[in-house]
This record gives sequence, structure tokens and C-alpha cells, in this order.
Amino acid sequence: MQKQLLLGDEAIAQGAIDAGLSGIYAYPGTPSTEITQYVIDSKEAKEKGIVATWTANEKTSAEAALGVSYAGKRAMVCMKHVGLNVAADAFINSSITGANGGIIFVVADDPSMHSSQNEQDSRFYGKFAMIPILEPADQQEAYDMVHYGFDLSEKYQVPVMLRITTRLAHSRAGVARKASKDQNKLKLPDNFRQFILLPANARKQYKTLLNNQTHFEQEAENSDFNIFMDGKDKSMGIIACGLAYNYLMENYPDRNVPYPVLKVSQYPAPKKQIEKLYNECESILVLEEGYPILEELLRGLLNNGKQIKGRLDGTIPRDGELNPVIVAKALGFNIPELREIPSLVTGRPPSLCKGCPHIDSYFGLNEALEKYGKGRVFSDIGCYTLGALQPYDAINTCVDMGASITMAKGAADAGLKPAVAVIGDSTFTHSGITGLLDAVNDKSSITVIILDNATTGMTGGQPSSALGKIEDICRGIGVEEEHIRIIKPLPKKHEENLKIFEEEIAYEGVSVIIPRRECIQTLNKRMRDKFKAKQKAEAEKQ
Amino acid sequence: MKKDIILAGVGGQGILSIAAIIGYAAVQSDLFLKQAEVHGMSQRGGDVQSNLRLSDKPIASDLIPHGKADMILSVEPMESLRYLPFLNPEGWLVTNTKPFINIPNYPAEEDIMAEVKKLPHHVALDAEAIATELGTVKAANMVMLGAASPFLGLEYEKLKDAIRFFFGKKGQDLVDLNLKALEAGREFTNKNMN
Repeated sequence: MQKQLLLGDEAIAQGAIDAGLSGIYAYPGTPSTEITQYVIDSKEAKEKGIVATWTANEKTSAEAALGVSYAGKRAMVCMKHVGLNVAADAFINSSITGANGGIIFVVADDPSMHSSQNEQDSRFYGKFAMIPILEPADQQEAYDMVHYGFDLSEKYQVPVMLRITTRLAHSRAGVARKASKDQNKLKLPDNFRQFILLPANARKQYKTLLNNQTHFEQEAENSDFNIFMDGKDKSMGIIACGLAYNYLMENYPDRNVPYPVLKVSQYPAPKKQIEKLYNECESILVLEEGYPILEELLRGLLNNGKQIKGRLDGTIPRDGELNPVIVAKALGFNIPELREIPSLVTGRPPSLCKGCPHIDSYFGLNEALEKYGKGRVFSDIGCYTLGALQPYDAINTCVDMGASITMAKGAADAGLKPAVAVIGDSTFTHSGITGLLDAVNDKSSITVIILDNATTGMTGGQPSSALGKIEDICRGIGVEEEHIRIIKPLPKKHEENLKIFEEEIAYEGVSVIIPRRECIQTLNKRMRDKFKAKQKAEAEKQ
Repeated sequence: MKKDIILAGVGGQGILSIAAIIGYAAVQSDLFLKQAEVHGMSQRGGDVQSNLRLSDKPIASDLIPHGKADMILSVEPMESLRYLPFLNPEGWLVTNTKPFINIPNYPAEEDIMAEVKKLPHHVALDAEAIATELGTVKAANMVMLGAASPFLGLEYEKLKDAIRFFFGKKGQDLVDLNLKALEAGREFTNKNMN
């Protein structure tokens, strides 16, 4: 079969479809979005009856996937690295319940923070949960590891983490597919207490997990994904984790690295192979796309063994993603002089689209707040975070999904009045509802602006769980009817909207303003599709 | 055979459509390919690039090393300069001259062109004007692909096949128009190679 050109994300999705997946769940988040999108769009997945769906947040995704596993079928849950923080409760505890049908947590990290607020390394979470972690070096491994990961998950009845980073997620290469498997049949757990984490059961389950650690280590030692390559020059041994292996090899076009190399793509780390490398070589260079996890383990607290080079001793920058040149420098290669970027080249930051409804909302809000002074707008995560930039300069915080409402509440409690929260519709149902309930229960004096563009915009227009439900949710948790105001953010309605902003910001209690107008991107796409459908219908008539 | 190409532009300008056509032609030529793209926040009118690597041997890194790109193909003039540290000393810069101005401090066009002309190997053309003359400004990216085609290391016929493949569903008229755009760009380069 000819190889298919697939993004790393798509290779994982195709791998799952081919490996007998029954259900995949996710909340969109760069760089993980394309995995679930691929399965949702896949005709093959539809024909196979695979359930593929966007959920309210990563925690509900993870729990739904665990439910699929409980029922004996194969499940995948996908998220960006910070999404795992949201799903962490389900994630960590699923390592104690264990799995029935195979379950894979795919977590896409974003070193260098291309589209994120931090660059946390999910391998820490995997180690914390004490489950096997797979970290592909390329698209083919990403595909193959899904098959392997499901088998491993079922063999030990344990969730498996598949960790990727932005470059692999969003890079395309040829991938060869394996034969397609059927889905598992519905089969309940043999032990009906397995998933009941009452302390007495949880202690037993935890012991099982602990006892399995040696097996997980053994699997890593024997894994085809972890490869020890001998080299003549023992002055240095190299450990290259996941994607870092490619950057190492890029520096040796004929692939003849003079040093011994250990490629690590499956954890827990293969201790025996690392020991062999350590004993043979005078120093060790550790290449990791992310935090210096293996490096720190090798150094130990006292760093009194052999020289360990990596991110902690400055051989490699402490932050940011790797690239071939960073690795070349770490290997001691001279870097030829490079051309410089001419000084006239200026930054071109992303910006709100022309015609975006958020623009009108921000102009209204800014004007309404003028008399109170700056520094009182708590915002959230989505396209509207771009309101931090010129010419809007409209928001003062962006921390985590849902933090706008709760931080505004805290600031109001501390005496900042008025305090305003700005949150998107999809972010509101992701993690904003509970915070609004807190504010209502405490009668906090905040104004919550829920920007309703009827989609999850930043990640490409996935359906929003909030669609058509926002006012009902607000009413249901006790926001007063007369303080739920819906406006249409348009330039021609500026004066009318400004008055509503001013009234509700002045109100001492919880008020909600819902600026409602469809995202200009999804609107344009809808119009294009409609036009095409009309053209097609007319062509058929003729 | 090994070609490392940086595609540059502004989010929304459609550089990935160029990448897709080169990618298809490369696969049809039995070459290995890696193509790193930018998704997410930057796509909202920010600077975007794609690293496209073609080779007859397996490719290790998804990213092109600094100083190793054989070509920068840019659909926007200022963006063509942003990636100069990646261009090898003998590499080609092929750029559209029509600026995309969505920032208040966009530099003067003549200053940008002066920088482009400093490079030993460059091709600069107004792809939008050429495409408009052919019938639609939408074919500008195919003009740019045509202008880059002499340096891609791919058979020209394979590129034409790729255009037929991608635009075939949309009707013969569009195929012909894009093939013409490709040819016009190629002709420009052949006449104006610097």
C-alpha cells in the first residue's frame, strides 16, 4: 500500500481507527485538535461506527473514555498539555482503577509555547501516574505506537500515555498503515470491584499498579522503540528522547554517529540500557524535547557522578523546543555564520479577524470602563485573548480556562469594584459555570461578559457545547433575569450596547452580558458551503 | 536529490495550498517528504511558515537547520526576509512583491525590495498582478509556485499533474487557469533569473 502523507496528529488518528478504536473524546486544543478532527471527518470511522466527539472539557473527555474502557472497548482521549491539568483527577485515578478495554491518553505538549501559556512536560504526569509512556520520534512511530499502546494497555490493564510535541503533531510525512482490526466486543470487567476506588479497594488496586512497575520497566527494556546503537567514541554517550532523536540524526547525514546512542521512546526509562551507556562512556549528553526529566534523574540531587550534559548545565537552553542547530552546538559542531534578519522586518502578531464580533465588544467595554480606570478586566483563553494587544489593550489577565470569572470574583471580594470577566462561550461551558455559581452564591459584585460567537474559534471552529444554552445556564444557577443582557456586537449598535455595558457594570451584584454574533470565520465558511451547494444543485438541474 | 524549502507568508494567505501541491508532486516522484506547518494562534493574521523537505533518502528532522534552506518561497515580501538566517549561501529567494499590510508599522516597500536585491539569487514578482491578468487574483499562489518551479528539483510535468489532481474536482476551467498561472510564474523566472 502506498504511504499516506499524514500529520503526526493524523497518524495517531488513523492508527486508532485501524487498531479497533470504539470511542474518541476531546476538547479542542492546539496542537492536539487535528487528532479528533480527523476521526470525526473520517468516512472509514463512520462506517466502522466509531464514536468521535467534542466534549465540554478534557475531564469529561477522559471520564467518557474511561467508561468505554470499562465496557471492554478501546478508547482514546486527546488533549493539549494544559488540558491534562483539567483532566488530571480522572487521569491519575484511572491509573489506580486500571483499564479493561485499552485506553490511551494522547497529550500534545507545546514547548516554546507557540499556542499556549506554559511548556509543561506531560511525561512528568505519566511518571506521577506510574503508567507506561510512549513518545514517538516520527509520524510512522506515532501510528505504530497506537497499535502497540492499545495492546500494552490491555495486557496490563493500565492506561497508556502517548506524548507528542508541536513539531510532530503538525508535521507531515509518509505513513504506512497496518491491517485494520475489528472493535472489541462489549465485555464488562472480570472483577466488579476494579473500578470502585473505595479505600479498601483502592489500596489493592494501587498495589497492583506498584507490582506492575517492574513489568513496565521490562517492557521498555525489550521495546522496539528503545534502541541502543553502539559507537566507537566513548568520550560521550547520547540519550535522545522522542523527537530529539531526529535532530541528533540530522547532524549525521549518513547516520553514523561516532558515539554510543540510546534512543528512548518508551518509559519508564530502560534502566539497564542507560546503565550500560553510563558505564561505557565518560560523559552523557541528554537530549529531551521538553523538561530535563531523564537528565535530572541521571544527575541525581548531588550531581556527583559522571558529567551529565543537557539543559541543566547550559549545554542546551533551559527552555524552548530543540532544533537541529541547538543539538549541533551541543555536539560541538561549528555553526557557519548565518545571514541576519534585516532590521526593518517587524513583528506581525496574530490579530482579531476583520469583522470579528469581539472587536465591537471590546470597543464598547473599553469605553464603558474609561471612568473607572484601567486594570479591572479578567479574561480567559480563546481568540479574545488577543484583546490584550493593540489597539484594544482591553484585558488584564489570561491564566487558565475559566479563571476570568473566579479571578474577577476574588478581586471583587478584595474590594476591586467594578470587576469584569470576559470569557468565550465555549470556555464558559468548559470551566466557567462553576465559577459563576460561586459568584452568585456569594452575591459578588462582578459583570461577566460571555462572548458568544457560537463556536470554538481559535482552534478552527469546532462546535461549542454552549450553543443555545447560555442564558438558560445563567438563569438556572441563579443570575437575576433582569441582569442577563443579550447584545449584538456591531459597529452600528455601539451607542446602544455602550449603555448596557455601563448599566450592568454599575450594578452591584452578578450581571451577565452576552454579546452574540457568529464568528466571522465560521460564518464565511457556512456561506461558501451554501453557495457551493446551490451551484451544485443548479448544475444538476441543467 | 535533496531540497529544503521554507514557505513563508501571513496566516490566511494559503501557503499550505502551495505546500500540498509540492507535497503531492514529491510523493508521485517517489521522494521522501517532511513538512512542518504552523497551526493555531498564528494563523490569525500572524507570520506563518512551513518547512518543506524533499529527499531521495529518509529525512531525519522535521525542521530545516539554520543556513541549510535551498529556497525561501514567500507570498509576501517582508515575510521573505524573516527567514534569511535559514537560507544557505547559494540559496534562492523567490518572493511576491505585493505587500500584505495588517500592521501599523509596515516598512517602506522600496526598503524591503532593496534588502531582497542584496541577495545573490533572487526572483521577485507581482504574482497578484500576473494572476489578475490571467483572470483571477486567486491564482497568485500558483504563479508563485511556477516562479519557484525551476529550483524545486521536481519534474515540471509532476507539478502540472498535482494541479490537475487538486483542482480537477472543481472543473476543467479552474485546472486550465491554474496551469496557466503556473506557466506564467515559471516564464517570469526563466526570463528574470538574478
